[in-house]
Amino acid sequence: MSTATTFIKREAPLKSGPRALLQRFRHGDEITHLVTLVFAASILLITSMLVYELWRTSYLSRTKFGWNFFWTRTWDPIFDNFGAAPFIYGTLVTSALGLLIAVPVGLASAVFLSELAPRKVSDALAFLIDLLAAVPSVIYGLLGVFIVVPLMRTTIGPALIGTLGHIPVIGKLFQPPNYGVGFFTAGIVLAIMVVPFIISVSREVLLTVPREQREAALALGSTRWESTWKVVVPWARTGIMGSIFLALARALGETMAVTMVIGNDPKISTSLFAPGYTIAAVIANEFTEATGDLYLSALIELGLVLFLMTFILNGLARILIVATERGGGHAA
Amino acid sequence: MNRFLLIWRKSVNIVMLTLTGLAALLVVSILFFILGYLVWNGGTAINWDFFTKLPKPVGETGGGMANAIVGSAKLLFLASLFGLPVGFLGGVYLAEFGGKAFSFLIRYTTDLLNGVPSIVIGIFAYSVAVLPVKHFSTLAGGVALGIMMIPIAVRTTEEFLRAVPNSLREGAMALGASKSRTIATVIIPAAFQGILTGVMLDLARVAGETAPLLFTAFSNRFWSPGWGQPTASLPVMIFTYAIAPYDDWHRQAWAAGLVLLALILLANIGARLILARGTSFRST
Repeated sequence: MSTATTFIKREAPLKSGPRALLQRFRHGDEITHLVTLVFAASILLITSMLVYELWRTSYLSRTKFGWNFFWTRTWDPIFDNFGAAPFIYGTLVTSALGLLIAVPVGLASAVFLSELAPRKVSDALAFLIDLLAAVPSVIYGLLGVFIVVPLMRTTIGPALIGTLGHIPVIGKLFQPPNYGVGFFTAGIVLAIMVVPFIISVSREVLLTVPREQREAALALGSTRWESTWKVVVPWARTGIMGSIFLALARALGETMAVTMVIGNDPKISTSLFAPGYTIAAVIANEFTEATGDLYLSALIELGLVLFLMTFILNGLARILIVATERGGGHAA
Repeated sequence: MNRFLLIWRKSVNIVMLTLTGLAALLVVSILFFILGYLVWNGGTAINWDFFTKLPKPVGETGGGMANAIVGSAKLLFLASLFGLPVGFLGGVYLAEFGGKAFSFLIRYTTDLLNGVPSIVIGIFAYSVAVLPVKHFSTLAGGVALGIMMIPIAVRTTEEFLRAVPNSLREGAMALGASKSRTIATVIIPAAFQGILTGVMLDLARVAGETAPLLFTAFSNRFWSPGWGQPTASLPVMIFTYAIAPYDDWHRQAWAAGLVLLALILLANIGARLILARGTSFRST
């Protein structure tokens, strides 16, 4: 019976003034709208607070070092002299190495999953690859410390130094000493960590390429590979670039696994086997030990730099992926 | 010449296609390698003590990670408390109420928040939840993980609500239900299964997060009573134990890794099974 009465109340004609407002609230629609709106807006609030806090708490460091922060190569907590150059260098080198390994493997796997494998096999494999993406970073670090580092020290490192190390220019990249930890090891671990992202996004993008494109290429007498490489992949190239940017943003911000295998030495070295440091790793290692406001502020400024790098890359990636999925990158 | 070219093209075809298959095989085998290695190393290290005892002082062997297991559970509880309401109601707004421009802004911000490196989220949680009270706490760790949960909660809620057919909305409203009643009693129950799997995946994702906990929840060798003390957590313990120079700690790091990974993979597989069994309205 109570439902019937509420029903009649709802049907009462709207009046102006506070009573009408009350009546409208009885529907609950305005309240629900308002409540959900407040929570949705709080996402905006949290994100802007995040940017603001980073900006505010890095104040000391920003005013003291200015733009020099980016090219200063010393990191000296004792004399309060901080520069970001070794960390930015380490972050860029390890991420570039990671992508160099992950992009060919990831793209090839995505091609296999979208072009060759039957749909059921493709879905099953894609699920396994998604599971790989779910493995936490610290577990990759654990495996990195106990498998990849010893392997680098005893097998891969000496082999590369012995062969590539003698080539005139490229040889500079493959020089001893080789402790097992360093840029190269971090690059390998990063590659394994970002490859699932490249595969799953590229596969999605490749699957959106119209069937007619493939059929037309095959009808013109091209082989399966030629139709894939010269028609399907170029059609999806914008989206594939998007997946690579996404992976790069992941690699730049990756913390634990890299911290455990990079060697934690703030130096800029040409050799890939030398220990280094990345932005995320130095924050993870030194944040709790940072004595002094300037030290903490410098670490937070590094966080701000990292944030801006990933922010720009993610923005670009999203635009590219949306561009391909709407009407194909070919037309764009 | 022409025949030679044909043979060449055909062999390129076969070689390259085989290579793509090998690449896929390589990536998938990495997963099995990781699993196998963890089971191999962690399986021998895992025992009853691991789940029930506190860590022993440095130098003594034995002990377990009971406090870290409870700590992780507490952190996940807090994270859900902070993150899920925002994510869920935000998702409801986007799916059911949102206008065009403002919704776009919210979606874009959510994606942006999703891409923020976890260590940066840690700095943020540090500056809002640790600095004002001047000590590490479970609460601060919960805030950090809660923020990380928001983006996925928003996205899955919106996606699954949108997948509910409009005829259900129209039907409920034709029967005289108000919009909010329609949402609460028809739309959300219809999408509930999907949203639940989203929550499971979301929890699985933050359960393994280490970086944002390092300077919020910090770590603790003992039980952490209440919510205001620093607490141990499984991921942070794995990190600390793996880089320490003691063999017995390494053994326990493997055990903790196995437990953590098993929970995360089970949540992922469970979510997939629930979805496969069929929410009737899964789009595409």
